[in-house]
Amino acid sequence: MAVIGDLLVQFAQMLVVLGLAPLLTGFVRKVKARLLRRQGPPLLQPYRDLIRLLRKEAVVAENASWLFRAAPYMIFAATWVAAALVPTFATGLMFSWSADLIVIVALLGSARFFLALAGMDVGTSFGGIGASREVMIASLAEPAMIMVVFTLALIAGSTQLSTVATHMIHAEVGLRVSLGLGLIALIMVAIAENARIPVDNPATHLELTMVHEAMVLEYSGRHLAVIEAAAMLKLLLYVSLIAAMFLPWGIAASGAGPAAYALGVATYAAKLGIGGFLLALFEISIAKMRVFRVPGFLGAALMLALLATLLMFMTRSFG
Amino acid sequence: MATLPLILICVAALLLIALAAVALSRSESATPLVYGAAFLACLTALATALQHLLAGAAAAEIVLPLGLPWLGAHVRIDALSALFLVVVNLGGALASLYGIGYGRHEEAPARVLPFFAAFLAGMNLVVLAADAFSFLLAWELMSLVSWALVLAHHRDPENTRAAYIYLVTASFGTMCLLLAFGLLAGPAGGYDFEAIRAAALSPELGALVLALALLGAGSKAGLVPFHVWLPLAHPAAPSHVSALMSGVMTKVAIYGFIRIVFDLLGPPDWWWAMILLAFGGISALLGILSALMQQDLKRLLAYSTIENIGIIFIGLGLALGFGANGMPAAAALALTAALFHVFNHALFKGLLFLGAGAVLSATGLRDLEQMGGLIHRMKVTAFAFLAGAVAISALPPLNGFASEWLMFQAVLISPDLPQWGLKVMVPTAGAMMALSAALVAACFVKVFGIAFLGRPRSAIVAEAKEVDRFSLAAMLALVLLCLLAGIFPGLVIDAIQPAAQMLLGGSLPNQSAQPWLSIVPVAESRSSYNGLLVFIFIVFSAGVTTLLIHRVAQRRLRRGPAWDCGFPNPDPVTQYTADSFAQPLRRVFGTLAFQAREQVEMPAPGDTGPARFRVEMRDLIWETCYAPIAGIVDVAATRLNRLQFLTIRRYLSLVFLALVGLLLVLVIWL
Repeated sequence: MAVIGDLLVQFAQMLVVLGLAPLLTGFVRKVKARLLRRQGPPLLQPYRDLIRLLRKEAVVAENASWLFRAAPYMIFAATWVAAALVPTFATGLMFSWSADLIVIVALLGSARFFLALAGMDVGTSFGGIGASREVMIASLAEPAMIMVVFTLALIAGSTQLSTVATHMIHAEVGLRVSLGLGLIALIMVAIAENARIPVDNPATHLELTMVHEAMVLEYSGRHLAVIEAAAMLKLLLYVSLIAAMFLPWGIAASGAGPAAYALGVATYAAKLGIGGFLLALFEISIAKMRVFRVPGFLGAALMLALLATLLMFMTRSFG
Repeated sequence: MATLPLILICVAALLLIALAAVALSRSESATPLVYGAAFLACLTALATALQHLLAGAAAAEIVLPLGLPWLGAHVRIDALSALFLVVVNLGGALASLYGIGYGRHEEAPARVLPFFAAFLAGMNLVVLAADAFSFLLAWELMSLVSWALVLAHHRDPENTRAAYIYLVTASFGTMCLLLAFGLLAGPAGGYDFEAIRAAALSPELGALVLALALLGAGSKAGLVPFHVWLPLAHPAAPSHVSALMSGVMTKVAIYGFIRIVFDLLGPPDWWWAMILLAFGGISALLGILSALMQQDLKRLLAYSTIENIGIIFIGLGLALGFGANGMPAAAALALTAALFHVFNHALFKGLLFLGAGAVLSATGLRDLEQMGGLIHRMKVTAFAFLAGAVAISALPPLNGFASEWLMFQAVLISPDLPQWGLKVMVPTAGAMMALSAALVAACFVKVFGIAFLGRPRSAIVAEAKEVDRFSLAAMLALVLLCLLAGIFPGLVIDAIQPAAQMLLGGSLPNQSAQPWLSIVPVAESRSSYNGLLVFIFIVFSAGVTTLLIHRVAQRRLRRGPAWDCGFPNPDPVTQYTADSFAQPLRRVFGTLAFQAREQVEMPAPGDTGPARFRVEMRDLIWETCYAPIAGIVDVAATRLNRLQFLTIRRYLSLVFLALVGLLLVLVIWL
C-alpha cells in the first residue's frame, strides 16, 4: 500500500512540475510587466504559446542531422527527470534514492550538452555563438553548483535531496555562514543557468546579446515547443531546489496524511509565488551585463561556494 | 588450466606474433593475420584474467628460469594485476580488431605490425612482473616499442621530434624507477617484490621513493609537469596505437605507481596525499584547458588524457590520505573511484581515439578547422564518437559519470581527516575536479560540434566515406561497454574490491547485493545512485514525450534553408571554428594559464586590406621547466664539443690527468 502511495506521489510530482512550469514563467512575465507599469501578457499565455507551437508545422534546415531532431526530446527528458527528483510539496519520493543532488546537476549538464550541440548542428554563426557562450557560462556555473551541493551534503550528512530537506526541517541547523554563502552562490547560478538578466535576456532577440535564444534560433513548431517547455521546467526546478534545500518548511513527509499534503501544496505554491516575484523584482532592477562580465559574476559564485565548503570542512566533521 | 600459465602463453604468443610479423611483413596478408592473431591472444588473456578476477581466485606466482640467474623472472597474478590485465587486454583486443580494417591504410606495415604485438606483450609483462628486474625490463620493452610506433611515420619532422622527446623522457622515467627500486630493495638487494614488501624503509627514504615513483610512473602516465612528451607522442602514432597509448599504457603507468606506493612502499605518511592531490588537481585543470585550446583532434584527445590522469591521481591521493589516517573503508572508496576511472578512461578514450582514427582514414585530416558535417557522411562513427564524448563528459547514465560520482563521494567523507592541510587541500581538489568536469563537457561539445556537426569546411570532408566494418565493430563494442559500465556500475565496483582489500585492508559493501542494482558506497541513507534506473527514466520520459508529441502535435515537417536571423550565409567559412568556439574560455582561463594575448590589427581608414586577428599563447611549463634544462644541456654540449677536436698529445695528457686525479681521490678516501 505504501509503495502505491509513494508511486502515486512520484507520478503526481512529475505531472505537477510539468503543469506548473509554464504558469511560473507566465507569472514572472506578468509581474515584470506590472512592475514596469505595462499590462503584460495574460498569466496563461505560455500555455497558449506552447499549444500554438505544437499546432504549427516544423521547419527544419536542409542540412540538419538526426541529432537536431532528436535533441529537443533528449533535452526535455533529462530536464524532466531532474525536475521529477526534486521534492516539491512532499519528500520521500519513490525514486529519490536512485539519484542524488550530484545526479540532478549532471542531468542538467546532459540537457545543456545536447542543447549546445543542437545549436551547432545547422552550421550557422548564431548557433555557434550561442553554444560557445553557453559552455563558457556553464563551465563556471556547474562547479559552483557542485560546491553548493557539497556544502549542503556536509551539513546534512547526505547527498540525497529528500534527506537534505528532512534534515533542514528537523535538525537544529541554525544560522550558518556556509548556508548563507551557499544560498547566494546558488541564486547566482540559478540566474545564469536559466538565462535571466543580468546574464542573458529571455525576452530579447537582439543577436549580439543572446545566448540561449541563439542556440534555439533554428527551431520551430513542435521542436521549439519542447525546448521551451524544458526551459520552463528548468526555471521551476531551480526555484523548487532552492525552496527544498533552504526553505523546506511546510513540505509534507513521506506517507503523511492528506492534510499534510494539502499544507505541502499550499506552502509550495506560496514559495513559487515568492520566488517568482523576487526574480521579477531582481530582473527589473538590474541591467544586463556584457558577456565578458559574466565570468566575473559566476567566478564570484564559485568562490563563495568554495568558501562555504571550506568553512564546512574546517568547522565540522561529517557524521 | 591454471590462470597464470595461460596468460603467459598468450604473452609468449604475442611475442611470437611480433617475430612472425617481421618475417611476414612483405606479404599482403600480413596485416589481417597479425591483427587477427593479436586479437585472439588478447581475447584469451582477457577471458582468463576476467575469470580469475570474478572468481576471486588466490594470487599465483611462477618463477621462470629467465633473467638474472640468482633471481629468475618472477611473474605473479593477484587481484590488482588481474584488474589491470583486464584493462590491457580489453584495450588490446579491440585495438587489434580495429587494426584489421584500419591497418589496410598503413603505407609501411612493417614499421607497425611487429611493434604492435610486442607493445601488447610488453604491457602485459609489466603488469605480471613480480620482481624489480623483470618489471624494469618489461617497462623498457613497453617504452621502446611504443617509441618505435611513434616513429612509424618517420618522414614527418614533427613525429621525429615527438619521438625524440618521448625517448628522452621515457629513459629519464625508467632511470627514476630504477633508483626507486634500488632504494626499495635496500642494501641487502632483495629484488623480488616479496622481499621488498618485507623490508622496512625509513620515512625519509620512503618519501624519496614516492618522489621517484612520481617522476618515473607519473611521467609515463602524463602527470603535469612531466607530461610534455605525451601530447606530442600519442597523436604521432597510428590511431589504434594512440588509443592503446592513451587508453592503456597510461594505465599501466598508474599500475606501476599503485604497485610501488600502495603495495611495496609500506604505510604512507599523510602529507604524501597532499602531493598527489596537488599534482592531480593541477594536471586535471591544465590538461583540459590545454585540450580546449587545441585544433588538432588527436592532440586534443591526448591533452584530455592528462586531465583524466589528474582525476585518477586525485583519487589515489585521497586513498593515501585516508589510508594514512587508519580509515580503510574510506580509502577503499577513494581507490575504487580511481580504479573505476582507470577502467572507464580506457574504454572511452580508446573509443574516442578510434573515432579520430576513423575520421583520419576517411578524410586524411586531424585538423578540426577543416572538418564539419561528418555526421551526414559517417553516421555510425559519429554515433560512436558522440557516445564517447558523452561518456568522457561525465554525463549520466554512461560510465564516466559513475566514477566521477564515486570520486565526489570520497571527497565528501574527508572532513573526518584530522590534518588541517588535508582539510584545505581536499575541497580545493574537489573544486578543481568539478571545474575540470565542466570544462570537459565544453571541450567535447567543441570537438563533436566542429568535427561532426555543421557544414563541411573542406572538399575532402564533404566526400568522406564511412570506414570498414572491423573498425565500426571495435567502436560499437566500446560504446556498448561504456553503456554497460554506466548502468551496472556495481559489477565493476565489486570486481575492484579484492584489489582494494589487498592494498588497503578495507572494501566497500558488496554492491551486487544492493536492491535494484544501485550503488551505495557507504550507507544508503547517505548516498546512492542507480544508473540503470536513471537510464530507464530518461528513455521512458523521452519515449513518452516523443510519442505524445507525435500523436498530439502537428506532424508535418518541412525542409527549408537555414533561418539564421534572416541572413543565412551559404559560405561554410562563416561557421564557428574550433578556435572561435574556445575564444570565450580562452579569455576567461587562458590569460592566466597560457598568458594568452589577443591582438587586432586594423587597416588604416580607407585601406581596403583585411584586418588581422592574432592570438599568442605560451606554454609556461615548457618555458619554465624544460627550456632551461635544454639550454644548459645545449651549452654544455657545445663546450664539450671542443674535446672532440684535440691532438693526440692533449688526449694523452687528459688521460694521464684523469688517472692521477682518480688515484688521489682513492688515496684521500681510504
